[in-house]
Amino acid sequence: MIMDFIDGPFWYFSLIVFFSGIIWNMGSIVFALSKVDLSVSRGSAVSGAIKTIFTRFAADKGMAPHIRLQIIAGYMFHLGLFALLFFAAPHILFLEEHFLGFGWTPMPHWAFIIASEFAFLGLLILWLHRILNPVSRLISTADDHIASILTFVVMLTGCLALLESFTALRLLHRFSVELFLIYFPFSRLMHAFTFIPSRAFTGAWFGRRGISS
Amino acid sequence: MSDRLERGLNTLRAQIDTKVKSYFSSCVHCGICAEACLFYTETQDPRYTPIYKTQPLHKVWQEEYTFWGKIGKKLGLTKSFTEADLANWEELVYDGCSMCGRCSMVCPVGIDVAYIIRKVKEGLAAADYSPEGLVGAAQRAVEIGSPMGIRLKALKAQIKHVEADTGLKIPMDVEGADYMALLSSMEIINFPEYIEALARIFKQAGVSWTLCSEAFEATNSGLQIGNSKIAKLLLERVVAGAEKLKVKNVISPECGHAYAAIRWDGPNWLGKPYNFKVVHILELLDELKKSGHLKTSGKETARLTFHDPCQIVRRGGVEAQPRHLLESVAENFVEMTDHGRMNWCCGGGGGVSANERADELKLKAFNRKKAQLDELNVETIVTACANCRLVMEEGLEENEMDIPIIGLSELLVEYLVEDK
Repeated sequence: MIMDFIDGPFWYFSLIVFFSGIIWNMGSIVFALSKVDLSVSRGSAVSGAIKTIFTRFAADKGMAPHIRLQIIAGYMFHLGLFALLFFAAPHILFLEEHFLGFGWTPMPHWAFIIASEFAFLGLLILWLHRILNPVSRLISTADDHIASILTFVVMLTGCLALLESFTALRLLHRFSVELFLIYFPFSRLMHAFTFIPSRAFTGAWFGRRGISS
Repeated sequence: MSDRLERGLNTLRAQIDTKVKSYFSSCVHCGICAEACLFYTETQDPRYTPIYKTQPLHKVWQEEYTFWGKIGKKLGLTKSFTEADLANWEELVYDGCSMCGRCSMVCPVGIDVAYIIRKVKEGLAAADYSPEGLVGAAQRAVEIGSPMGIRLKALKAQIKHVEADTGLKIPMDVEGADYMALLSSMEIINFPEYIEALARIFKQAGVSWTLCSEAFEATNSGLQIGNSKIAKLLLERVVAGAEKLKVKNVISPECGHAYAAIRWDGPNWLGKPYNFKVVHILELLDELKKSGHLKTSGKETARLTFHDPCQIVRRGGVEAQPRHLLESVAENFVEMTDHGRMNWCCGGGGGVSANERADELKLKAFNRKKAQLDELNVETIVTACANCRLVMEEGLEENEMDIPIIGLSELLVEYLVEDK
């Protein structure tokens, strides 16, 4: 009964909430009318926007030594998670069977282990930094902690369910993913999408002033 | 809810635009912006974290635009914003932020934090939570025409001195001139050498220019305090002056925020483009140098560095020009470790220097500049903002550092080739 619910209606419900939430959030940002800047531009807003979307993947040279921990942990977590999400064999199989109809070569088991370690360690360091560093402790909200914990649970249950030897573990992972998907559009997790317009807005602003940002 | 709190909240609500929505929904509270802020690095007080200074607007956004915020508000679970909150943030925003925008350059998700803080200022100003010094400056600007209370009579007296020193006539109210120069109050009172530099350079370069008796002040206290109505009013005076004299260009002086106001924000406050062009004095000098109209001879041998005014360089885009000009007249020009668009603020921008309450904090923040200067061991500092210059002079004096500061236009004029 619970199995049917998790694999059936709740799964579809979570997908609907996830996708409609993202479309709603992104649509309200991307399609909203922005005021036209009436000052005479010195450079191109478009190229500034495109450039900044990519340049902010790297930290400023002068800043890097001061934020080394966040950079390293941030990259470990995000790259590890990306690898797990799109290159773990069960995920590729799942996407092929349920959504895409085609698959791609999964990463080998040793790479999966490394990616998992990177993702877990990165997330743990970032979360410890969040609660121990006076700055991030002050500015963090319940949402930040819930998002971190949910992500951790999804990864943990994912590893537990890896061998698919117990249906209960697979269901646990699926259920945690569903909770994650439902929470996603209403939380900071949205930064996975909204970072693009944010960087673009700022890049365009600087770009028309002829400043590289 | 009191009137002022309601006014403040309503103004904050009106500040939320697409960019703000995108920025707030992207922020992951990583705190990286703190490391870019000299008020944080020099005090280690986490409250000075740039994104924390945006809390008043963030709270309004959360309550009005987010799922959990709306539910929390409906169920009475969220703590309402109080006057005490506004009072606390007044200190953070006006004393502990120079609007330098360094934080906006480092945010990994691309948030222009300074853009949001500027909007927070609008809310605080509307609720009458602004420092006395800035309120007074804005009032003087509206009533007298200058934040320092400088009237035309005072300008004319300075002009008289400059004319006596140079033997040159300072043109006033010349209709149809190519350029109308603006001045900041600080230049008129503290650094009239700037007016002298303009007169000598323009005479030599054959530039047709004028001052306008009805619009000589470039400073815009409305921008500093965060009141767009005052900002627009002050700007309209400049526009009216330029249109009355039918000039082709308006020159923004060696003043950071004046450039931001007239060059970038102005047309948006007015809701229409200008029918004249705005150039920064450094842009014009660079053009004159490149075209051969500005000739210099010899070079300064002292080891010197350039302090980049934030609103002219980082947020204004005039980064290469001062370097071209310096290289043409300075033999030993050295850059600070963080320079150009990543330079550290003097600590007194964005109205901080007009806010006496912030004096102690401002001097503490200056330690960042001190550290930059200690690394270089320079004999002279060159800059292009009268406010930066005054703030740094104060900081140097406080730290017993004997380094003279000079404006870039003045340095150029020392090496100007003039007709006998």
